[in-house]
This record gives sequence, C-alpha cells and structure tokens, in this order.
Amino acid sequence: MQLWLIPAFPLLGFLLNGIFGRRASKAFVNAVAVGAVLASFMWTLKTLGALWPLDEAHLERYFTWIQAGDVRIGFDLAVDRLSAVMLLVVTGVGLLIHIYSIGYMAHEGGYYRFFAYLNLFMFFMLTLVLAANFLLLFVGWEGVGLCSYLLIGFWFLKSSATNAANKAFIVNRVGDFGFSLGIYLIYTHFRSLDFGEVFDAVSRLPVEAGVGTLTAIGLLLLVGATGKSAQIPLYVWLPDAMEGPTPVSALIHAATMVTAGVYMVARCSVVYLHAPLAMEAVALIGLATAFFAATIGLTQFDIKKVFAYSTISQLGYMFLGAGVGAFGAAIYHLWTHAFFKALLFLGAGSVIHALGEQDLRRMGGLRAKTPITFWTLLAAALSISGVPLTAGFFSKDEILLAAYHHAPWMYWAGTLTAGLTAFYVFRAIFLAFFGAPRGWSYAHESPPVMTVPLVLLALLSLAGGFAPVSRWLAPMFPAGEGRHETLPVAISVAAGLAGIVVALLFYVARPGLADRVAARLGALYRLVYNKYFVDEIYQAAILRPVITGSENMLWRTVDVAWIDGAVNGIATRARAAGDVLRRIQSGDLRSYAAWVLLGSLALLLAIGLAGGGR
Amino acid sequence: MTAAGVPLSWYLILAALLFTLGAAGFLLRRNIITMFMCVELMLNAVNLTFVALAYHLRQVDGLVLAFFVMVVAAAEAAVGLAIILTVFRNRASVEIDEVQALRD
Repeated sequence: MQLWLIPAFPLLGFLLNGIFGRRASKAFVNAVAVGAVLASFMWTLKTLGALWPLDEAHLERYFTWIQAGDVRIGFDLAVDRLSAVMLLVVTGVGLLIHIYSIGYMAHEGGYYRFFAYLNLFMFFMLTLVLAANFLLLFVGWEGVGLCSYLLIGFWFLKSSATNAANKAFIVNRVGDFGFSLGIYLIYTHFRSLDFGEVFDAVSRLPVEAGVGTLTAIGLLLLVGATGKSAQIPLYVWLPDAMEGPTPVSALIHAATMVTAGVYMVARCSVVYLHAPLAMEAVALIGLATAFFAATIGLTQFDIKKVFAYSTISQLGYMFLGAGVGAFGAAIYHLWTHAFFKALLFLGAGSVIHALGEQDLRRMGGLRAKTPITFWTLLAAALSISGVPLTAGFFSKDEILLAAYHHAPWMYWAGTLTAGLTAFYVFRAIFLAFFGAPRGWSYAHESPPVMTVPLVLLALLSLAGGFAPVSRWLAPMFPAGEGRHETLPVAISVAAGLAGIVVALLFYVARPGLADRVAARLGALYRLVYNKYFVDEIYQAAILRPVITGSENMLWRTVDVAWIDGAVNGIATRARAAGDVLRRIQSGDLRSYAAWVLLGSLALLLAIGLAGGGR
Repeated sequence: MTAAGVPLSWYLILAALLFTLGAAGFLLRRNIITMFMCVELMLNAVNLTFVALAYHLRQVDGLVLAFFVMVVAAAEAAVGLAIILTVFRNRASVEIDEVQALRD
C-alpha cells in the first residue's frame, strides 16, 4: 500500500521549501507546504480505506536499515488501528494548522523556514507513528524533538525563545536517556526490537508480581514518555515552549508531538499489562500531573500559559487512563483533545493576532470584535469541560469511569481536576471576551484562512466524540474496560458545570471577587501563582550543584589541574631537558669527535658486556 | 698461517695502532688538513684489518669492502679538500677552533 508515501510527502515539502523557499514567493511556499500535508492526508485516507476495517496490522518491510553481527533492524512501517487514529489526528489536525499558519505567519520573517520546519515535523511525527520497531520509533521521537526545538526557538533573536528551546531540548534529553535505556533493555532481553516479536514474547511471559525486567522496561519507557509528554517531573519545558509561534504550540505542543508519549505507552500496553507496578506508576504520575498542572492553570494570566498547563493536565488524564488499563479511552481522549486543544491554541492565536497581546488582564470585551474566534473558542471550552455530548465529555468520562473501577480515590481526584479544568478554561474565556476592554483600542477578526480551520475544529470538538474510537480500539487492548455506570458520570459532569458556574460568578457576575479570594488565600495563592516554585527548586537542587560541580571538579580540577597540568608538565620537562642537552652543541668539531669516540667506546663496551657480537 | 709467516694478530695490532694514532690526531690537532690526514689514516687502518681478515678467512668479502672504502675515501678527499679550500679563502685560516659559526 506504499505506506512510506505518507511521511515522504512532507519530507519532500521540507526539501523543496528548505532549498528553494528563500527565493520563492509566498504562494509557492504555501502551495508546497500545505500541498504536502494535504497529499499525506489524502494518502492516509486512501490507505485506511483500502485496508478497512483493519482487523490485522498491516506491515511493510522496505529494507534492512542496520545490520551488525546478529543485530538486524529493518526500515519497517506498519499501520494498525492505533496508528490509524494517530495518522488521522496528525495529518488531519496538521493540515488545518498548516492552513491556519498561512494567515498567522503572513507578516513574519523567515516564512519559508517556518513551513519547512513544520513539514519536517510532520515527516518525523508520521515516521514515529508508522514505525514498526522501537528504533525507528526512536528516530521519529528524536526528530520531532529536534523540530520542536527549532520551532520554539523560531524567533531566535529573542533570548527568551532560544532559552526556552534549549530547555525543551535538554529536559527531553533526560527523558530520552531513560527511553534509550529501555530500548537497550528490550534488546538484551528479547534479542529484537520489532514490535510484533517483542510483544509476542512479552505476552507469553507471566505477569510480574514484583519488580522484574518488564517492570524495569516499563518504568524506563515511562521516563521517556514523561519527557516527551510533559509529565511530572519533566513537564517544566512545556510552559516555556509557548515562546514559539502559536500554530506551533497548537500542532506540536498540544495536538500531536506531546501525545507521542501516550501513544508509546499504549503501543507498549502488553508490557504494562505484564508489569502492574509500572502501570500503577503510569496512573499515579498521570493523576498527579493532571491535578497539579490544573491548579497552576487556575492562576496564570498569559493566555497561552493557561492552555499550556491545561495541555499538561489533559496529558495527565491520558496517562491516568492508560495506567488504569483503559488504553482505548486514553487514545480516545488523545483524539478529542487534539481537536479541542488545537482549537484553544489557534483561538488564542487569533486573539493574539487581533490584539498583539497575550496577557488576559489586558484583554476583555473582545466578543463583539472577534465573534468567530469567540464562538469557536467557546465550543472548545465546552468540550474540554466535559459538557454532555461534546467530544471531551465522552473521552474524559470513559477515563474517569475506568479510574473509578480501578481505585475510587483516583476517580475523585480526577473529577476534582475536571472541575478545575472547566474553571480555568472559562476563566480565560470570560477574561478575554467579556466585560469592558482593559487597555486595548483596536482589534480585528482574523482572515478567513484562519477562521475556517477554527470553525472546522469547532465542529470536530463538538462532534468528534461520536467517533467510537475506544470501542474500535478495544480488540487491540486485551484488558476489559469497566461497565458503564451513571452516577460517576453524573458527578464528573456536575463538577465540570460547577467549574463553569464558579468562573461565571468570579469573572462575569461579580468582578473583583476573584481578587478578593486570591488575597484571602495569600500564601497558597502565591505558591500556586509561582507554579509551586518548581523551576526554582530544580534550579537549586539540580542545576546549581551540576554547575558548581562542573566548575570546581570538572573544569578547575580535572581539566585545568590534571589534563592541562599533564600536558604543560610534559612540555616543561622537555624544555628543561633541551636546555641541558643544547650545551653539547658547542660548534667545536673536536668535541663532537670526542663524543663520537666516547659513544663508540660505550657501544663496544655494551656489546662486550652483553656477550660479544654473536 | 699467513704470508711470509706473519701472524694475523700483528696485522690487527698494527691496524689498531694506526687507528688510535688517527683518532688521537683528529682529536688533538687543530689544523684542518692534519685532521683530514688523520681521517685518511683511520680509514686505511680499517682497510688493513679488512684485507688481513679477508686473506686469513679466505673470503673475498673483505677485499670488496676495502675497495668500497677506497672509493669513498677518494670522493671524501675531493669534497673535503674543496671545503678546506673554501674555508681558507673566507677566513685566511685553517684552524678548526675558529670554525664554529653553527653553534647557536
């Protein structure tokens, strides 16, 4: 079925724009970049249509990529139901965001560079999704990290942007270190990196009672996932990544790349099902991240930061779902989240485009000026809040229900988080679109090239939940998903609605109440407002010791004292020896002759002492 | 067992004496021409041992080597005398102690 064409189109787009884009017109750049993703999307649809209903995984082996000793790793692509969902999200949402970018980036320098990077990202992301072995997945995994770095630092003259790009890249190195260790462990244990072979072998093993190899593999892969998907403790890079252009935040840091960790955990579901401890760790990390990120989101004033913490929180939900065994629900949430979170970011981008401002405190009253942005953002907000029949409702409640069957306290924590989510999203909406304008005079609605993707995403955010993703995926994940119950669903919906009502009370009905509550909470508010000082704690606990240690130990001791000392010491000794020996060179021929004679005699003596010539 | 009953050791002792004289002259004399003649003396002392041993061992190798030494000595004499002549033209002296400009 020529699966390789799906990532090949964006790669071609990247090469064309990367090589010729600088001199080409914007129309050419647009046509290449959007055309490449459109071709990729169309080919995905054609492939999936031909393979429908995709009961079996479809594997295509192209060539041997690495052959060394008994290691053989092929360039193999595969598509099954799980990757089909990912393909549709990546190419579909990616296409809409590419179109949106035409409008958003219209007045920016480096236009061709932006689209070249965006196409390169699509190539790596599609490679990641289609990969049929761990190493190829890792290639895509690193490639999207590279593109994330390039695009966060897109405005590379701004030092905050380059710092954020470095932070994202370096924090991800920590996660990728764990991930690569996990891959090594898989190889040493199963002598293969092929998904099919490894998972077959795992499924024949017994479920581990304590800590064993599978648990170690699961935890190491989880370390990788926490880096890429911005989970505790490696989530710190994602809020800073908002320095990048907003379409990048929507595509890479909301809809697709950051969900790679969830995809990987779901892909390795067999491993996790055989390692209950690792699986519990996934659930706990997901739940903790969902809750803490949501609380931080309550207090932020930068509209993109609010949505960034929201992304972290929603990714936490997905991990919670995977950790309690509802892999299908986790991917379902990934699917719906891609729509409403991309929409939230694109809507925020539209607001920023209208105002040139991203601080919620200086917005207000935008409803009349930017009606399309308002209504589409409202659709996304309803969806993320889990209002019944919107997309977010179905997927979130499926996760919460699974958590309820797994451990009731996880359900309650998740439900509380759902309430917080509804509150902070509507807080942002109300602050931006309601009330009186606070410090802006001119605003305009975005051009159709931006609003049409918004409207399409709004429709998907409202109706995308009717695609029965988790039921379709059920055959892939052996664990049964709990039976349906009405009461937990009703409670979580009520929590969401309560969040909306409280936001309405705080920011529309009784403006000023929020400030009074914040003042009342005092220290707690400041703690949350400063993001629990996590960046500062990392600075003090990890960065400071590393830097001081590097300076004192590695730089001053090892490098300067030992290595330089050894090199300079040898040179000094050689020089001193030379100073002595140069006295022999007197220019006096007879003394040279005397040396020759002495040398010959010494040689003869030595030969004689050694027992003669023979 | 050698010609006219002269034993091998006599040849070798004579060669050693000649060589020592040559070496001592080379080290002690300052006149370059004298030193040059001392070099010839040492070369011929070595030639003598070659020839004596070749005769003694009934082998032709030593004789061949002696011819080589003579050829080299002839070439050396030609080049060496030319150098000495040039030194004398430049410095009006053939004292070896005055020729040490390459010291530093």
